[in-house]
Amino acid sequence: MDIFLQLITSGFLVGGIYALIALGFVLIYKATNIINFATGEFMMIGAYIFYSLMVYLKLSPFIGFPIVIICAALLGFLVERLILRHMLGQPNISIIMVTIGLGSILLGLAEIIWGSSFRSFPPLFPRKPIILGEIVLRSNLFYGFLMAMVVVVVFLLLFKYAKVGVAMRATANDQMAAFSMGINVKTMFTISWAFGAIAASLGGIIIGNIGGVQPTLGHIGLKIFPIVILGGLDSIIGAVLGGFIVGIVENLAGGYLDPYFHGGVKDLAPFVVLIFILLIKPHGLFGTKEIERL
Amino acid sequence: MKILSIENISLSFGGLNVLSDVSFDVNKGEIFAIIGPNGAGKTSILNIISGFYGPEKGKVFFNGKDLSHIHADKRAALGMGRTFQNIALYHGMSVLDNIKLGAHTHLKTGLMSGLWYWGKAHKEEMELRKKIEKDIIDFLEIESIRKQPVSSLAYGLQKRVELARALAMRPKVLLMDEPVAGMNAEETEDMARFILDIKEEYNITIVLIEHDMKMIMDISDRVLVLNFGRALTHGTPKEVQKHPEVIAAYLGQKKAETMEKG
Repeated sequence: MDIFLQLITSGFLVGGIYALIALGFVLIYKATNIINFATGEFMMIGAYIFYSLMVYLKLSPFIGFPIVIICAALLGFLVERLILRHMLGQPNISIIMVTIGLGSILLGLAEIIWGSSFRSFPPLFPRKPIILGEIVLRSNLFYGFLMAMVVVVVFLLLFKYAKVGVAMRATANDQMAAFSMGINVKTMFTISWAFGAIAASLGGIIIGNIGGVQPTLGHIGLKIFPIVILGGLDSIIGAVLGGFIVGIVENLAGGYLDPYFHGGVKDLAPFVVLIFILLIKPHGLFGTKEIERL
Repeated sequence: MKILSIENISLSFGGLNVLSDVSFDVNKGEIFAIIGPNGAGKTSILNIISGFYGPEKGKVFFNGKDLSHIHADKRAALGMGRTFQNIALYHGMSVLDNIKLGAHTHLKTGLMSGLWYWGKAHKEEMELRKKIEKDIIDFLEIESIRKQPVSSLAYGLQKRVELARALAMRPKVLLMDEPVAGMNAEETEDMARFILDIKEEYNITIVLIEHDMKMIMDISDRVLVLNFGRALTHGTPKEVQKHPEVIAAYLGQKKAETMEKG
């Protein structure tokens, strides 16, 4: 029983962090219908920038976070303005290839600038593990989870109540109608790329703080992808729930089954769940069914 | 007094001429109807007026202002409201939220202050909400459904909500694409009454496309007839009804000839 609770709780914490990164996908997809396969690399760049600010410039994390947020917004802005805006109306597969290519470019750039060796962050949080009854939680994971949840809640509130959020939802829903309401749809595209990049880069910092930074940190983006599909590509709540589901399933499978199968079940289990859910609900748990009219 | 002038508009998609050399004026405070068979280019005209399509030739003037270089969203802010043929409501949101989005263009606070729900934006929001609730919801008789999600409503009501959203923009001109398509007789009558009231009480000019001839002839002040992208004629409903080419376009050449013979 103790092991079960331990696995569930740490799975839950990991899931919260996954949810934040999944938001990076969803925020962009929702408004623009583009799946950004460079999300993982956005995370990695965010983590490296934060690392550089902390280690080379010796800044406090409280200054580091806002600077990373600004840099990420700028990255999203530039990517949308310089590359994806010109891809409007092109076939989906070309757009996907562009984002994959962008990921490779960012990966190469990171290797040129920071080298390919593994680096670990200076301690951000108190090292003492968190103990809840019988459950012991790594401090980096626990505080990382809290941070991720704060960011997720801010994004949720923004979408629900802020004017920009409402305008973004309107754009996602119906572009023609959004135009006729006086919403500048192109600006909304840019803002959603900036938001997506911010979510991804903050997720990158949290992951980097737990496991260290290297250029391949972005590969975790691949693991997030089933979460996004699971929750429904255009649903923020779906991304959050999907994050928790995958985090918990992964941890339970890893804890109970890995000892019998020489490992590997941990990485496979989320995909099995994904396939089952998609068989029953092809648009994900909360995704919208698209009806195309001609 | 002219509020909207369309001058020599031409539009083609590839080799297909959708509109050729169409011109007309809409006077302030009138109901101006555009009719014509399917594929005559009616919706294309509305799309050019609201800025979704750029015409190859010709210009649109709104209150004397050339709109050629003004984007769709800015045209909305200038005072152009629009409803769509396939209802373009935000289905996941409530009726009230949809209507509030219509008032979006009139929120004066900028992006950064708009980010936060309190402060100036909040106060504006509350004032706006009161105004909307009072005027438009009462006017369109949708008081009882204002908290419901749009997707749960009957078709006729959804059309009414879409109209409410367009009215919340406080437009000077309202462009309506088939406001009564797919409605039953009673719903059509209600909508016709609303359109007349909008014209009279709010003093909004209305440009509408419709296939329901009875309604068109009952409520419009002037009618433009399009056929294969060309303006056949325009005038009062009575004049248009008697025009031989209109009868030919609608009923077919042969029938028109027999009618002329009496």
